Amino acid sequence: MKLSRRKVLALGAGFGAAALTGLSTSGIAFADEAATQAAIDAFAAGAEVGEGRISLTAPEIAENGNTVPISVDVESEMTEADHVAAVMILASGNPNPGVITFNFTPMNGVAAATTRIRLAKTQDVIAVAKMSDGSVFMDKKLVKVTIGGCGG
Amino acid sequence: MATKPRVKVPKKAAAGDVITIKTLISHAMESGQRKGKDGNLIPRKIINKFTAEFNGATVFSADIEPGVAANPFIEFNVKVMESGTFDFKWLDDDGSEYTSSKEIAVE
Repeated sequence: MKLSRRKVLALGAGFGAAALTGLSTSGIAFADEAATQAAIDAFAAGAEVGEGRISLTAPEIAENGNTVPISVDVESEMTEADHVAAVMILASGNPNPGVITFNFTPMNGVAAATTRIRLAKTQDVIAVAKMSDGSVFMDKKLVKVTIGGCGG
Repeated sequence: MATKPRVKVPKKAAAGDVITIKTLISHAMESGQRKGKDGNLIPRKIINKFTAEFNGATVFSADIEPGVAANPFIEFNVKVMESGTFDFKWLDDDGSEYTSSKEIAVE
């Protein structure tokens, strides 16, 4: 648990964010709002988090939290000068908010990706996109989970 | 146990086409959160990194955490301009590396 949280932070630091320390690691195993926000801040690296351009597709109700299909789609020309650099997916109610980060290149043509994730309980799934110019956009969807994943 | 990865890449495409690539690898993606029969936590063992290269240049990668479901499935797109080879690589927590290659003919 500690290791992966550190990894989330290291990832943010890799994008040039200031090192974040003193994250509370209380006995509660579930990520709190603070951890989720910290992950977003680290990813945004000081940029204002805007709305729009990115759209996250997730089911409204997931019967099985062990495998929930999600897709992200970001509006972008995907040229060398203006493309989506990365999209981070967060699950705010999981033991660790970090789920996956997609790293795009202009060769992708379109900035879209699909994967399957685990959700421990009903929660917001958050997608944050970072453009090549450093601007950041966010979208989130509430997913109702009938049976939680993450082996709870 | 991780086995042979499965990757779907179109066999041919027209130059400038945006193709869809689907990848799947069998892996338990042990999250490190579950407790075994003895009451102790089962150590984390997941695929933590996926990369896709085309003719030697990285076109897409993903940093994966335990929140990704077992048998990680990743779908993405690539705009192809020339024929070549895709090399896919999955990195396991234990250091193992699983690879797969696919050719595409672009007209």
